[in-house]
Amino acid sequence: MKKLINDPENVVREELSGIARAHGDRVEVHVDPHYIVRTDAPVQGKVALVSGGGSGHEPMHGGFVGMGMLDAACPGEVFTSPTPDQMEAATKAVDGGAGVVHIVKNYTGDVMNFEMAAELVRSEGTEVESVLVDDDVAVQDSLYTAGRRGVGATVLMEKIAGAAAEQRRPLKEVVDLCRKVNDNARSMGMALTSCTVPAAGKPTFELGDDEVEIGIGIHGEPGRQRLKLAPVHDIVEMMATPIVDDLPFKSGDQVLAFVNGMGGTPLIELYIVFNELASFLDGRGIAIGRNLIGPYITSLEMQGCSITLLKLDDELTDLWDAPVNTPGLRWGV
Amino acid sequence: MTVTHDDVVRWIRAFADAIAQNKDSLTDLDSAIGDADHGINMHRGMTAVLAKMDGDGSADIGALLKTVGMTLVSSVGGAGGPLYGTLFLRLGAAAAGKEELTDEDWVAMVTAGVEGVQSRGKAEPKDKTMVDALIPARDALASAVAAGEPFADALRSSAAAAEEGMRATIPLVARKGRASYLGERSAGHQDPGATSSWLLMRTAAETFGDHME
Repeated sequence: MKKLINDPENVVREELSGIARAHGDRVEVHVDPHYIVRTDAPVQGKVALVSGGGSGHEPMHGGFVGMGMLDAACPGEVFTSPTPDQMEAATKAVDGGAGVVHIVKNYTGDVMNFEMAAELVRSEGTEVESVLVDDDVAVQDSLYTAGRRGVGATVLMEKIAGAAAEQRRPLKEVVDLCRKVNDNARSMGMALTSCTVPAAGKPTFELGDDEVEIGIGIHGEPGRQRLKLAPVHDIVEMMATPIVDDLPFKSGDQVLAFVNGMGGTPLIELYIVFNELASFLDGRGIAIGRNLIGPYITSLEMQGCSITLLKLDDELTDLWDAPVNTPGLRWGV
Repeated sequence: MTVTHDDVVRWIRAFADAIAQNKDSLTDLDSAIGDADHGINMHRGMTAVLAKMDGDGSADIGALLKTVGMTLVSSVGGAGGPLYGTLFLRLGAAAAGKEELTDEDWVAMVTAGVEGVQSRGKAEPKDKTMVDALIPARDALASAVAAGEPFADALRSSAAAAEEGMRATIPLVARKGRASYLGERSAGHQDPGATSSWLLMRTAAETFGDHME
């Protein structure tokens, strides 16, 4: 293992110190329990958004705390859900009296820890609603799985719901918007290499030099099929076809196309992916209304990418365009 | 024959030791079908538990186990935190105020603990989870105690049933947790959660059983 770390045990804590020093103008970092909160929290009368998950996906979630997006984020250990005491402290720190939304990616650990946290804060009188993100078409949603994973749509949901909360929309509307984003977004990921969890010290899975894994999640968990490396055109087709075929996309739609880097893939390759994706969508009569390209929901140093498509309407487009000022996403300010 | 507060402390320490010794193998099992952190997370949790226990002066077994549960909930994360945390919280609730445990107390506690795990994780038998080790362990324990077998024997049967249940997870296709994303590819691997649950039942049998012999 070759990484820029001092000690595998201290990775998250030292990262948090770095975030505090870099972005103290916008966020405040608390340790024991760990959470990152916007400096002006709690914002009175505003619905607050709290998310969280394992570390190793930077800039998600901590990098999305700030005006127009999250009010707080709870970082767990690398690829490990944070714990209920973190979520409880974060929820209390941001509760401005208009209710709190927990944005939870559909992973067994995240769901159970957020559930315990919601039970704790509700028993103390805070109004909390939880929304699940489960946009990954690589997983069959059936009785026989834990359900689809939450991946790329998380970033889009945090941005769009954050903008709605900033406009002082009430709790129910913000929650409904989260669900609307989730219902209209689909994702698929692929990996060229595995990644190494610092505390484990070796790659989570092995991939041959000429192999790719299609349908990976964001934790170095293997996907559903392993194939020989193919031209980007074919890879994009393999990823985008199941996304578009899984309703709600059809000819004439406008979408937000999000090409996400998994951490180890350079932008030059992500633009090649985007180029192929644009041609693919042209062929299906789907127009790209907005795009986002870059590493926003990563899997440590994994090489690979994911594609997320969100079907847009005027409401979602306006909220996407609204100002945001976080360490990870910033425009309009 | 009864289990004392000291025995329970020794059991927790033995479980922490077993987790420490098997940290890498649990993580290896988890890299095959999960996200390669089960051994690391359980080890972090049990290390935190040991640190907390050093300051515990009370004789109440229920309070001790509750502390273990709360510490796991706040230090493990992942799915293991809420599941093992809930297990110990329920063991503690079922032992509230007790300074000694009979075999029947232990049956009631394990029953409550397993129920807690199932209600938190919603797993059924054969979903390829810790439940596949815990339910056979509970059933073997309860029937041996009901049949009037010596407690040490009942504990041994319960550990053996957990081991058998753990091994029986190998051919299963996972239906819960991250392993379920793999579909058919999850078959052929032993479930890491069932493995740590076997360690839990095995260390209980060894600690409580040895004390009685």
